[in-house]
Amino acid sequence: MKASMSIFAAIGLAITTAVAVPESDTEVAARKAALDLAGAFSNEGFKMRDGHWSGTIKPKEHALIAVNLYAGNQYWFSVGATELAKKISVNVYDETGNLVQTESYNEGEKAAAGFSPTSSGQYYVMVDLVEGNESSVCLVYSYK
Amino acid sequence: MRPVRRFVALAFLLACCAVIGAEPARLPAEQMAKAVRNDSITIPTPGELFAALEKPGKPNWVGQMRGPIGMTYKNRAQIALNLGSLIADGFIAVEAKDSQQVKNIGTDIIKLAKALGVSENVLSRGNSINEFAENDEWDALQEELEATQNEVKSSMQSHRDQDLIILVSVGGWIRGTQVVSAAVMQNYDERAAKVLRQPALVSFIQSQLKEISADVRDEPLIKEVSGQLPGIEKLVTFPAGKAPTADEVKKVNEAVGKIMSQIQAKEAK
Repeated sequence: MKASMSIFAAIGLAITTAVAVPESDTEVAARKAALDLAGAFSNEGFKMRDGHWSGTIKPKEHALIAVNLYAGNQYWFSVGATELAKKISVNVYDETGNLVQTESYNEGEKAAAGFSPTSSGQYYVMVDLVEGNESSVCLVYSYK
Repeated sequence: MRPVRRFVALAFLLACCAVIGAEPARLPAEQMAKAVRNDSITIPTPGELFAALEKPGKPNWVGQMRGPIGMTYKNRAQIALNLGSLIADGFIAVEAKDSQQVKNIGTDIIKLAKALGVSENVLSRGNSINEFAENDEWDALQEELEATQNEVKSSMQSHRDQDLIILVSVGGWIRGTQVVSAAVMQNYDERAAKVLRQPALVSFIQSQLKEISADVRDEPLIKEVSGQLPGIEKLVTFPAGKAPTADEVKKVNEAVGKIMSQIQAKEAK
């Protein structure tokens, strides 16, 4: 039930934003890939946050997104890209710029990083296009 | 160590170095300053804040609920701030598993949303909230509240009410912080108190408020709220990993409580 609700919420979210701000086909595809991946964490009790970041990255370039997290929660940052991206990676840095140790998942145009912050505050999620061509990417995150 | 084991250990070490070496171990300050920050991903939802607060032990959510607020505000900025705070109230009622309160808050959210002229899509959320509350579907309710907040913001964006979007987030953050600080005061726990550390978030909110149009920014209530945020930023700036003391939590609660009273006052100054 919980999983199905999350899927409905994800679809609803995709439709809502599609109506509010026109998205290109590649942005929609990247978003779908990110939501597919984040949906897997819903089965483990993670709630998908109803918000996202979308953008385009070129080979060997990265995107850096600031998020504010709470100590005590567990987080998964899920990124999806279009098929032009052959390999992407997700890394998390703390507010002083140090790389945070995360669990990671990586499969072609999808990648995720998960961790539990011990300190509340600002963190940075870095999305890299490791292999492949310029691609739309989308970041969503889940927490529990 | 046997040669084979030594080889495996060396290969493992090299593999680790390769993975670590693929990413910079430390980000330069100028790169962090240029990071993307936006309302939809940089400002946490009340649900995230309350989830963290619950980890050390379930707080008395019922005790954190407040009475009904006014529904006759005329100032659009004040309506937006109160709308955000009401959505946070909805999350509290969900945590308290009080279906009647969820329905009441859902009705009030729709009333304020209507006063801002948001789209019909938002208004239909009221029915869903009622339906989920009737059936005690708490997870679904939490998702519905988040979706309602986002739909309100999407509607504001399409109606060129961009200035009001940040005000909805600010209202939610202030009410959420008021509730969390009050809950920590009632039953002090270092782990729960740690969630109050959010200096970068308050700094981001201030930067967003500076970008809204001059006519909204110059409204007395918005000036009042903006004027108090630097003080609140100092109050929520604790060393990383360190919990605020009970006295520091009290100061945060008093500061956000003062703003909340001004936001929900019948007539904004």
